Amino acid sequence: MNAQDKRDLQRTANQVRKGIIEEVYAAQSGHPGGALSIADVITYLYEKELRIDPANPHWEDRDRLVLSKGHVCPALYAALAIRGYFPWEELKTFRKVGSRLQGHPDLNKLPGIDFSAGSLGQGMSAAVGMALAGKLGKKDYRVYAILGDGELQEGQVWESAMFAGSRGLDNLCYIVDNNNLQIDGSLEDVCSPYPIDEKFRAFKFEVININGHDFDEMEAAFQKAKTVKGKPTVIVAKTVKGKGISFMADNAAWHGSAPNAEQYATAMEDLKKIDEALA
Amino acid sequence: MSELKKKATRESYGEALAQLAVTNEKVIVFDADLAAATKTAMFKKACPERFFDCGIAEGNMTVMAAGAATCGYIPFVSSFAMFSAGRAYEMVRNSIGYPHLNVKIGATHAGVSVGEDGATHQCNEDLALMREIPGMVVINPADDVEARAAVAAAVEHVGPVYLRFGRLAAPVFNDPDNYHFQLGKGITLREGTDVTIVATGMLVYEALQAADALAQEGISARVINIHTIKPIDQELLIKAARETGVLVTAEEHSIIGGLGSAVLEAISETCPVPVVRIGVKDVFGHSGKGAELLKEFGLCADNIVSETKRALTLKK
Repeated sequence: MNAQDKRDLQRTANQVRKGIIEEVYAAQSGHPGGALSIADVITYLYEKELRIDPANPHWEDRDRLVLSKGHVCPALYAALAIRGYFPWEELKTFRKVGSRLQGHPDLNKLPGIDFSAGSLGQGMSAAVGMALAGKLGKKDYRVYAILGDGELQEGQVWESAMFAGSRGLDNLCYIVDNNNLQIDGSLEDVCSPYPIDEKFRAFKFEVININGHDFDEMEAAFQKAKTVKGKPTVIVAKTVKGKGISFMADNAAWHGSAPNAEQYATAMEDLKKIDEALA
Repeated sequence: MSELKKKATRESYGEALAQLAVTNEKVIVFDADLAAATKTAMFKKACPERFFDCGIAEGNMTVMAAGAATCGYIPFVSSFAMFSAGRAYEMVRNSIGYPHLNVKIGATHAGVSVGEDGATHQCNEDLALMREIPGMVVINPADDVEARAAVAAAVEHVGPVYLRFGRLAAPVFNDPDNYHFQLGKGITLREGTDVTIVATGMLVYEALQAADALAQEGISARVINIHTIKPIDQELLIKAARETGVLVTAEEHSIIGGLGSAVLEAISETCPVPVVRIGVKDVFGHSGKGAELLKEFGLCADNIVSETKRALTLKK
């Protein structure tokens, strides 16, 4: 990836982060921590990876993305708005009565949402069903599912992995947002899913470990995933919860709380500084 | 009526699926290691490429079907009622019901007539669980003819459908040449003026026999077959309540939340008359032969006769 492309992605990711803060601040509700940790991966997917057409959100040959950790939808909504699925201004309606931007994504309300997910553990099964349908219909689309590392505690994740691995669904790619924090604390303190990579390898997945904030590593990982034949891929993305906001970074307290006016100002100032550094 | 042939509605389900294997290329079938029992194996035989055995993982299976439905397929997802509606309830609710996806849940081995497997496998709660999911159609066919028609109607209907089938062979009393299935419409099988027996599934044939026995004693019992528990035929039920003044409901399901509750809800505002509910009375089942258990739990013509007589004493 050349320096210009990388800088463009970094700028877009920062715009996604601004969207996250705007949404959660306007709603005074939502989940900024995990949205900020996955913001770079979602930016890469929507800017570089997914074969999609914002003018035709139901295009049957499109790539699919299931945000199984649906509570981090502020990141997804911002990325969709940047791609033109709906106006950026609509982000301020997030979680409000009458909004298409529900607290967890709703496929019937908002264009660009491929599955109504948010009850943890279920999104991967939906993605496997889409991948299976793709194979059956001899389609060449790919299916991506983003899950949290705490979500790995849901048994259904492994039911879906067992099926996908045993069927060799190579049109399927899971991305684990490994920010190491969940509501009640660190993964180890609550119920450790580690080692994540060895578990998925045992379920017949190709496993790629990356830094989830490094676009070069993302590019290499997603390119490789497309070349893997006969098995699904999981990209385990090491991330920082609350990434980009000084007082939210690596702090479980920001899993599901909204900033007040002062904190909002600080957060936007943090993001402005990142923009300036990228100028 | 004793000469009627008998057939389990799960057999009818399997045959209907096998037919769909040929006639509708969008139909795909998921099972969770019970294909031989749910009879989805008949579809597998006819169309192995569109059959997916998911292993013993009903939650994953249910949501995989939802995912495939978003890609234009019409998935049928099958297991025993206990697991389709019970174990996978939250998956059905959130991943099929909420997005209103075109998935058909074909649940077999419902009710106490499962028999020897005992209480862990006898689901008497599935109608209640499925009925409360917004937008879910709930169908409980009474015999082979109705079961096949119900499967065809489920495919025609765009949206989630729960279909309930039984393990035991049941008398085939509907005439295939004159039978017409209409989603959400009850069928008046016998006219009557003193009382109305509203039955569903396995209990419809028992209700007919009960009506015959009551007629011998000069009691004119109307019999209504409610194959579609949701949306329920409110108009027909209110008419029956008005004209006969008392209702008896009969179902192989808990008296809490199933047909009996649905009938009460349907008439309560417009024409509240006494309703006697026959069903499983807030208890678990146990092991035994299916036919024996049906009798033990009062899910038989004899008990419908005596409960109908009791209902008549409540009539105002």
